[in-house]
Amino acid sequence: MTSETIFREYRISDAERSDRSAGDRLRHREKVRESIRENIADIIAEESIIGKNKDRIIKVPLRGIKEYRFIYGDNAPGVGEGDGNSQPGQVVGKAGKDGQGQGDGKAGDRPGVDYYETDVTLDELIEIMFEDLELPNLERRALREIPTDRFAKRKGYRHVGIRIRLDKRRTARQRVKRVLATRHNQTVQGYGSPKDAEGNERRFPFHQDDLRYKHLETDVREESNAAVVCIMDTSGSMDTMKKYLARSFFFLLYQFISTRYRNVEIVFVAHHTEASEVTEDEFFHKGEAGGTFISSGYQKALDIIAERYHPSLWNLYAFHCSDGDNFDSDNPAALRAAKELSEICNLFGYGEIKPLGSRYYESSMLNVFRRLDAPNFQAVLIERKEDIWPSFKAFLSKDRVKE
Amino acid sequence: MANYEIQDLVEWDNRIRAKAEEFGLTWFPQEFEICDHVGMLGYMAYSGMPSHYPHWSYGKSYEKLKTLYDYGVSGLPYEMVIASNPAIAYLMRDNSLLLQILTIAHVYGHNDFFKNNFTFKSNRAELTIERFKAHALRVRRYMEDPSIGIEKVERILDGAHALNFQCRRNLAIRKLDRGEQIERAVEAAQPRTDPFSRLHARPEYHPPETNKVPLEPDEDVLLFIRDHNPFLQEWEKDLLTIVDEETKYFLPMMETKIMNEGWASYWHKKIVESLELEQGLHLEFIVRHNQVLRPSPGQINPYHLGFKIWEDIYRRHTEPTPEEIKKYGAPTKNGTEKIFEAREVERDSSFLRRYLTEELMREMDMFQYEARGDELVIDKVSDQAGWKTVKETLIKNVGAGSIPVIKVEDADFGHNRTLYLKHYHDGRDLQLEYAEKTISYVYRLWGRECVLETSLQGKRSLLCFNDRGFSVRALK
Repeated sequence: MTSETIFREYRISDAERSDRSAGDRLRHREKVRESIRENIADIIAEESIIGKNKDRIIKVPLRGIKEYRFIYGDNAPGVGEGDGNSQPGQVVGKAGKDGQGQGDGKAGDRPGVDYYETDVTLDELIEIMFEDLELPNLERRALREIPTDRFAKRKGYRHVGIRIRLDKRRTARQRVKRVLATRHNQTVQGYGSPKDAEGNERRFPFHQDDLRYKHLETDVREESNAAVVCIMDTSGSMDTMKKYLARSFFFLLYQFISTRYRNVEIVFVAHHTEASEVTEDEFFHKGEAGGTFISSGYQKALDIIAERYHPSLWNLYAFHCSDGDNFDSDNPAALRAAKELSEICNLFGYGEIKPLGSRYYESSMLNVFRRLDAPNFQAVLIERKEDIWPSFKAFLSKDRVKE
Repeated sequence: MANYEIQDLVEWDNRIRAKAEEFGLTWFPQEFEICDHVGMLGYMAYSGMPSHYPHWSYGKSYEKLKTLYDYGVSGLPYEMVIASNPAIAYLMRDNSLLLQILTIAHVYGHNDFFKNNFTFKSNRAELTIERFKAHALRVRRYMEDPSIGIEKVERILDGAHALNFQCRRNLAIRKLDRGEQIERAVEAAQPRTDPFSRLHARPEYHPPETNKVPLEPDEDVLLFIRDHNPFLQEWEKDLLTIVDEETKYFLPMMETKIMNEGWASYWHKKIVESLELEQGLHLEFIVRHNQVLRPSPGQINPYHLGFKIWEDIYRRHTEPTPEEIKKYGAPTKNGTEKIFEAREVERDSSFLRRYLTEELMREMDMFQYEARGDELVIDKVSDQAGWKTVKETLIKNVGAGSIPVIKVEDADFGHNRTLYLKHYHDGRDLQLEYAEKTISYVYRLWGRECVLETSLQGKRSLLCFNDRGFSVRALK
């Protein structure tokens, strides 16, 4: 009544064919990466990564690659088999883990089973971060490139050269070739023998033609320099939270510039009513009291640039973070200095840090800077840490090509 | 390493089939394919289908299986069977001869089940493989179509996968089309014939609401969206159809997991025992059989539970104890007739309801647990007072019971083309994070606001998703 059963033997080719999941696995990995990218704003806003070593490994919780469906929550009881003496009140497992024997596979189990976390280094993270920026304008400018690096690349071999580049291996090989060729000649034509009259091996010295030298080509790399000028308001009104937001922003800026230029210098300018150049540590941690003259910070930045970073040799990025609480009388001067800065910098930005709620009762520089219409100037408002990434992107989009 | 030749398997297969036929099993033509562990992992990731449309979730599932396998957390199954005609089963190359014999016998059990159980009748087993192939082809074509591309296809597939099990559970019941539903509504609205119509006032006639869409709550969420979202493109509709068709292939398996595995185990035992194996093989058989069927404490092993019930049914109808006769009445059918009948007309929920006895539950020491804080704690055991509750909970959790029932109530809620879904709450709340994400998929497919009525901690609530995102509203 039944037809013959078919047995198909194992074949290697089947096993190879069965790697059909390759495409889907690749796609899944792309998804993982994408998921990191989507959550980048949250991840970089975490305090722990700011200012940390590049090789540090960060655990990134992943969202977006779970397969969601409607499932039951915690108040759904389950059934299990016991060992014969189960009593009410006994603990049989941990909640949130795969405690349900029944749901079995297909229909998505309890949450928590599907939790993803992946390890990335900060370096990778930064790479992923900037991958989606798509800012072609940020390529190096030709005029500002200066030859910083000459290095030699091996390229082939030559008959002539200096002794230090003699390639002994190749030279010896050339000689062996010649030995063989000569012997062949000797046997065929009957000339002499490789041995001399006493039976010693005849000497077969190196000849000029055997010598081989490594050839090096010098490669002049057009390298580029960039300087990041971080200007921060350290007046009394800048509290820890504001400084933290500023710090996150500067950190991103520095990381980003570092990926684009080989030689990046960073300058910290702190100002209240007066400005001074400070170390990184002082910049972020030292609080000062007093009022605010934004123009002082800008003037200091201009001075430093004039002194050390000539705009024709350096790509300049300046960014200023403040809570916008400037003395009114200083506004015209600040505006003038800002204009000057945006003329010499590739990018000049102003970030107004107003933690949520404080925005309505404090004065703002955003209105003042609205009058500044330089194409490479960008003013952004940062209210909470989620704003950092979007503001940063907005800032970079203004980058201007200088001829 | 393998201690057999393919010829050995053919010979054993002949003997096994002769026995199976003797026992009364019937089956689709069977094909066996020998594969290695890589192949098996691949088949597992794609539910055994030789061809299946691509989607990243299968890559994820493969990676997960492989990691678990590589680290020795979980082993691989001895076999995998596809419910198609001819049925295809994969055997692991590295298994010993005895395991292959056991597996082949087991596979015939499954095959018999696929062929005869009512839940599989809607499947058109002879078309299964071809259908999956056609699906794969179509999905690939959409992915390669420059005007569509992989991203867009995934967008729809992700959404469809999230909702695929929100469909009708009993495929043997025909779905009424709209015309029939209207007819039924009109009929129901007719006043009943009143034998005292002369005495009574004429009952008022309320014309039935026939303009509503859907007329009756619709459980096929994907199909409903496909048919009622006018902005979906043809290829998008096709993707929804594909996912729905696949789900309807998997649904019977889900719905009969316990019966099916129990049935196959019951028969592999009977068949192998009747083969009169030499002692060495027989001892190995006992070991392997018990490995498969051992209870997994704290959980339910479907092989074990199913096997126990089948054995119990057989025994109660062959040699019932006097108490059983008193309690359940004298058997009207003999054991063999009874089990063959049950394998044809039951599914897990009805099977358990009918055949899982109090005594058996006590023997297996079944209990109910629930989460208290961080721990799962036993709150009822199968004693006099608790066994019914435990049984009810078990029945609720098997097959599609583990999936919340959600139906489309209204496609034009508030005359706004808002999709109104309702969760038929049975005491179990939805997991909110998952509900939020899933409803965003509904929104993606529907294209306008979607709301889901459910109950959260005893309060009726409305989960909404629209262009402003997710929100929860309390309902009166």
